[in-house]
Amino acid sequence: MDEWPRRMDRRTAVKLITAAAAAPAVLGACGTGATESAASRSRSGNPLAAGTPSDPNLLEPVVPWDLTLSEDELATLASLCDTIIPADDRSPAASAVGAHEFIDEWVSAPYDAMREDGVLVRGGLVWLDEESERRFGARFRELSGESRTEICDDICYAPDAAPEFQAAARFFDKVRDLTATAFYTTRVGLDDLGYVGNVPLASWDPPPEAALRHAGLKPGD
Amino acid sequence: MSARSDYDVIVVGSGAAGGMSALVLAVHGLKVLMLEAGRNYDPLVETPMFQLPSEAPLRGAGTPEKPFGFYDATVDGGWQVPGEPYASADGAGFMWWRARMLGGRTNHWGRISLRMGEYDFRPYSRDGLGFDWPLTYDDLAPYYDRTEALIGVYGSNEGLENTPSSSPDVLLPPPAPRVHELLTRKACADQLDIPVIPAHLAILSTRQDAERWPAELFPDNPLARRVVGQSMRSRAACFWATPCGRGCSIRANFQSTTVLLPPALATGNLEVRTDAMVREVTVDSSGRATGVHYVDKTTRLDEHASASVVILAASACESVRILLNSKSGAFPQGLANGSGLVGKYLMDTVGASLGGQIPVLEGMPPHNQDGASAMHLYMPWWLYGQQAAGRLDFARGYHIEFGGGRRMPGPGVFSGLEQFTGGVYGRRFKEAARRYYGSFLYFDGRGEMIPNEDCYCEIDPERVDRWGIPTLKFHWKWSKHELNQARHMQRTFRDIIEAMGGRVMGTVHEDGADSIARPGEIIHEVGGAIMGDDPDRSVLNQYCQSWEVPNLFVTDGAGFVSNADKNPTLSIMAIAWRACDYLMDRMRGGAL
Repeated sequence: MDEWPRRMDRRTAVKLITAAAAAPAVLGACGTGATESAASRSRSGNPLAAGTPSDPNLLEPVVPWDLTLSEDELATLASLCDTIIPADDRSPAASAVGAHEFIDEWVSAPYDAMREDGVLVRGGLVWLDEESERRFGARFRELSGESRTEICDDICYAPDAAPEFQAAARFFDKVRDLTATAFYTTRVGLDDLGYVGNVPLASWDPPPEAALRHAGLKPGD
Repeated sequence: MSARSDYDVIVVGSGAAGGMSALVLAVHGLKVLMLEAGRNYDPLVETPMFQLPSEAPLRGAGTPEKPFGFYDATVDGGWQVPGEPYASADGAGFMWWRARMLGGRTNHWGRISLRMGEYDFRPYSRDGLGFDWPLTYDDLAPYYDRTEALIGVYGSNEGLENTPSSSPDVLLPPPAPRVHELLTRKACADQLDIPVIPAHLAILSTRQDAERWPAELFPDNPLARRVVGQSMRSRAACFWATPCGRGCSIRANFQSTTVLLPPALATGNLEVRTDAMVREVTVDSSGRATGVHYVDKTTRLDEHASASVVILAASACESVRILLNSKSGAFPQGLANGSGLVGKYLMDTVGASLGGQIPVLEGMPPHNQDGASAMHLYMPWWLYGQQAAGRLDFARGYHIEFGGGRRMPGPGVFSGLEQFTGGVYGRRFKEAARRYYGSFLYFDGRGEMIPNEDCYCEIDPERVDRWGIPTLKFHWKWSKHELNQARHMQRTFRDIIEAMGGRVMGTVHEDGADSIARPGEIIHEVGGAIMGDDPDRSVLNQYCQSWEVPNLFVTDGAGFVSNADKNPTLSIMAIAWRACDYLMDRMRGGAL
């Protein structure tokens, strides 16, 4: 167990990748006219990518569209994200890794599916503050944890939600999905889940015995 | 070689078929021009190897411009290519995946490399449906060996029915299965009698033997031995991290751009022009091909290149498009189309899927499950006996691909979790995420479609692309064999999930039409210029050579006569290699 997994030592891994990157390109620098004009359009990091939406520079990603949520919407959204994924003893709250900013990026994207999500999310934020005012006389972000829970309990699961909360439940489910996406795709989220991959290994070995035992398997199964 | 020609051979396309064709010809000293419609692409410097989703726009989620996610290797492609439309007849709903880049679709493909078996070359003889191939498994077996040894394929020889073994030492050792794969294998063995065996993938689980293979593959050819040996030595073994679909900067998996083109270029006999979109094959008054017209995308000007032989390897539908657009007085229906069969008998793979949540995988002790990024085990088709006995309502088989476990989380990682938790949020959501992470498995069936008259493409009379080239229109209709097969797939997946004590996610449909993937969606489209023994009933002979235009070859999937459940790329390369050996033989004999 203590040897598992055997990581490739860092020097070997770095050597492999830099050796590859230093090798001449398949067609070399002589390429074609298009290659040269593409290079002049693109930023550093990838001289071949055109930097267009269908040929983005994968090594230096940028979000090419404008963000659309207002400061006020973002503040309400952040408090909802943190209600969904709060800090605990293992990891911080969702807003600490920018979940609300990710949702802004998502709903502002120039694609039909994301535009639809944007309508749901922005409309939901209006509803959430309105409902908070109605029940507690304050914006959602100003409510105590207890009050927030009282609202969220009504909208956290569409199959159990009352008819008047169905639309809000769809909104909540969307924000929960997006918050989880935002959180668990960051280093913080990966560590929280115990994802230990994405590292070069010197060899690939069978699963550790503890994992086999956990699944009711024994070596040789 | 004609004195007027610029090259011995023009190869249109740089993917599996084009890369293999160019390499085989170039190492034997032929002067080859390769024309690629997309841009130059270099996986060594362009591949995002360890980037996290959080570094990408939308956490790497798919968009219309990058349907398989931001980091997918595909350049200027996917279901749509900017400025290069295609159409579907009402209800056909065909989806056509293209890539406009050097190496084509080999840069992002799944690397699944299964041989067609003995039965797969004789489907008509076995059940009276479709057509037999004009070649047998034994004809192709040596080329499967050579292709596997050249590109590097891991797997094992299990001796199962219609699931051929490779020659000794050809395959690289398969990686050890992950926990969920072992669990699935045990449930399938104990309760369902479904074989679960090592998958065959074009990934170097160990480095290739760069001393042995070049010498065995090219015994009397010092040039080939040198360039192929160099190429093999430049490839690292897999270090079991980062998804293959992004490409591989250490050359551990197969891409035309890392495995075929570097040695081909090292011969000095291959010239590659990228951004060269081929419009038509030109012919002389005797009906022989003289070369191709292409649009230089950088100047938008038409260019012509000439050669003694033209090989189309642009992908099945793109090669069909070029043939149909090569109209002349002598060939009013398009080139090589006297049979009227160019564009006919298009096939894709039948796909259906189902997910399951497996309680025994919950709360798994953390450990690395990345592996080769794709599957280590799969299920080959196993019900040949039932089919022969007439107990199934579909004629051909499917294999099962499956995955899941503790992979790197991506967008939507916990979508649907609420159905298991009653919609928890807050600290309980974090606890649920930790518990359920890695407990989801996904099963995908990949089945054989039988060619039929209703599945074809033709030139759309109303549209051209932005290069002025007439575009394709697709027609499609599944038969009951495909729809019933899709239904059977989902039921099998349900049985497997339940045998593991799991819960099905999603719906097991009664009607296969509700579960079958859309035509083209599995990206295994083949056919459209089928091979055969009879010039009236086929477009090509068994060596991918046009019956009508003897110096014209089509070495991609267009020549496929059937589409066995075995993913086509490996077969495309083996068939292309065999075709090029024949081509060179004919050339030496003065027949070309």
